[in-house]
Amino acid sequence: MSAEIGQFALILALLVSMVQSSLPMIGAAKGNSTWIALSRPSAILLFALIVLAFAALTQAFVTSDFSVATVFRNSHSAKPMLYKISGVWGNHEGSMLLWVLILTGFGAAVAGFGKNLPPTLQARVLSVQAMITLGFLAFLIFTSNPFERMFPAPLDGRDLNPLLQDPGLAFHPPMLYAGYVGFSIAFSFAVAALIEGKVDAAWARWVRPWTLAAWITLTAGIALGSWWAYYELGWGGWWFWDPVENVSFMPWLMGTALLHSAIVVEKRDSLKVWTILLAILTFSLSLIGTFIVRSGLLTSVHAFATDPERGLFILVLLAIAIGGSLLLFALRAPALTSGGLFSPISREGGLVLNNLLLTVATFVVFVGTLGPLLLEATGTKISVGTPYYNAVFVPLMVPLVAVMAVGPMMPWKRAELGAVLSRLKFAGFMTVVAVLVTAYLQDGGPVLAIAAIGFAAWLFVGALVEWAERVKLFRLPLADSLNRAIKLPRAAHGMTLAHAGMAVAIAGMTGSAAWKTEDIRITRPGETIEVAGYSYLFEGLKPVEGPNYRAEEGTFIITKDGEFIAKLTPQRRLYNVQNMPTTEAGIHTTGLEDLYVVVGDPDGRGGWTTRIYHEPLVPWIWAGCLIMVLGGTVSLSDRRLRVGAPVRSKRWQAKSGTGGLGAQA
Amino acid sequence: MTRKRRRLYMVLAGMATLGVAAALILTAFQDNIVLFCSPSDIQSKASCAKRDIRLGGLVEEESVTRDADGITISFRVTDLSNSVPVTYKGILPDLFREGQGVVTEGTVNAQGIFVAREVLAKHDETYMPKEVADALKQSGQWRDETEAQ
Repeated sequence: MSAEIGQFALILALLVSMVQSSLPMIGAAKGNSTWIALSRPSAILLFALIVLAFAALTQAFVTSDFSVATVFRNSHSAKPMLYKISGVWGNHEGSMLLWVLILTGFGAAVAGFGKNLPPTLQARVLSVQAMITLGFLAFLIFTSNPFERMFPAPLDGRDLNPLLQDPGLAFHPPMLYAGYVGFSIAFSFAVAALIEGKVDAAWARWVRPWTLAAWITLTAGIALGSWWAYYELGWGGWWFWDPVENVSFMPWLMGTALLHSAIVVEKRDSLKVWTILLAILTFSLSLIGTFIVRSGLLTSVHAFATDPERGLFILVLLAIAIGGSLLLFALRAPALTSGGLFSPISREGGLVLNNLLLTVATFVVFVGTLGPLLLEATGTKISVGTPYYNAVFVPLMVPLVAVMAVGPMMPWKRAELGAVLSRLKFAGFMTVVAVLVTAYLQDGGPVLAIAAIGFAAWLFVGALVEWAERVKLFRLPLADSLNRAIKLPRAAHGMTLAHAGMAVAIAGMTGSAAWKTEDIRITRPGETIEVAGYSYLFEGLKPVEGPNYRAEEGTFIITKDGEFIAKLTPQRRLYNVQNMPTTEAGIHTTGLEDLYVVVGDPDGRGGWTTRIYHEPLVPWIWAGCLIMVLGGTVSLSDRRLRVGAPVRSKRWQAKSGTGGLGAQA
Repeated sequence: MTRKRRRLYMVLAGMATLGVAAALILTAFQDNIVLFCSPSDIQSKASCAKRDIRLGGLVEEESVTRDADGITISFRVTDLSNSVPVTYKGILPDLFREGQGVVTEGTVNAQGIFVAREVLAKHDETYMPKEVADALKQSGQWRDETEAQ
């Protein structure tokens, strides 16, 4: 029964989105206030209908209703409850429904929180949002119906891909999608602004929190995905420059650029046309990402079974959305007038450079991801891997990181580079210290890696210096500094955190790329392996029963200088239903390094292949991402960034302690 | 500075960065891209024989053996018309099986053995890498039952 309710809700939603994408838009053009007013209730109704549909599908999964084809293909009655629920989006149909759920959720949030938006702008934004929803609902209903029934109903399901049965991956898709789809709001605002022909500081203030919310979830989603790859795939790697990773990384790079250029629009009334273009491109890249993942166009170690016909449908959607918005941009952008002037050495100049480098970096990833596809048409098959990105992407990041410390120190409009650099003397000194300490600890080590640690130190200390200057740390009594810190806008704290987090992550990436040690050998029970100063005693394997798998669990006792450090229990699992093996790595983290153990195949003579990694600084990658997410969240809670700030700040503050939009993220 | 001037500078800076990036991309493409080859390509194409490539195909049935050191694994990758011997030192991915699709990255050595640095098998056991499917189609060994999941 619930499946039919879900189906019905989807079709109703399709009709509502048709109304919402047309009437408010026409109403805004003709000045018909009734039609304009229609947009808000309809956006909320649309969301309610999709929630109903999503709840219906979730119910089918939770109760293991195998008469629903999606449930049969992706679930099993013996699966733990968490994975029954995450199974809802662990498949094509369900994940697209989640996409639409988040899309309409953001629309409803604009309707609910944007009460003081100019009515015509709000109507247009919601109308554009409904157009995107319409496209994806049609896609869902006509090519990938999640509620398709099977008759007769099978007794049990085929289970979810065991690799997806993992707590890290259970929450990875919703986070990633919330990020992808969150940029739809920036897109809708950009298109609406083009139609209105007006972009001003107020517009940027409305766009920024949505972009920031999307950026936070996308950052968290990407970090979660790479963390999962790290501990679940058992290769000790965390990023593979795989097409599917790249398509989530491109909107992140572009979205980061958008986040920064929106500041310039807000504060200086400049870079408007560029910001509009970035908003369009960021969401376009999200759409391209969805298209690539869902069409099977690119080969990838991440590609799950895919379907080309669905790809064609999304390709058409893509052409309409991207082509249409860019055409509108070409027609209307020249009418937008630009404001404040600035010299190249200024905060604006720094942000322009940030935008330039991030955009070019996106372009580089784009070429690396889609280039092979174009070359294939000429008959040459290539694959682009890590060496390409090391050669092209990394050199672009060097100036970016160097400027990241300097930019925030510069005043708007015009700055003296010499004066700014002299304020960074301490950061420069700490950079030298970091380089020397690293070189000493690593016996010289790879020069590039030591330089990278230097850059990380530069950025980290630079971000802290900027913050310390703002609160006049050590120049005023501590209590006064504290007082200043409390009064400092949250966005300023957020920026410091985000930049410092980036520095921590860079150090982590460098550490894992340069100083990882790997040991592969055949080990018999009772043998001890020495890796990077730690002793690993292999005690042997024993069988273990899981709810829907059987496993062999190895036991390793790790000691250093005779002292017990940890006991690790890596597993080799065999999932009963799909008869698919997975590796569960055993990881012990000290905060500075990871000790990583994997058990492989037996050699038939009493030994097992074992793989031990010593991964210095790797935990910092995710710690850094976490700090960045935290920074974004702090910034999002800034009173000035709230949608309703100018009028309702007091009431808002009273109502929600940490910020109105925080809950949306 | 006038508005026009500023725009000119920004456009010039943009062009310069793009130019540098394009130059980097082109050199990187020359040195760092990895050609994808089928076992037949290795025998017929010179470009596949001498540099880093990705070799894709099926793991030949009953070809997987473990060397005396216990860690080095040898097997043959086939497109069903030709096959290439491969050695790999390390732990194979979970889904590595005889008769299944596989993509390996490495170089062909002087003895004609492909020394793999990396072995990739797909996450989904029913999934056939596109390159492998194409290689099979090229060698005329493509059967629809392999395609039907």
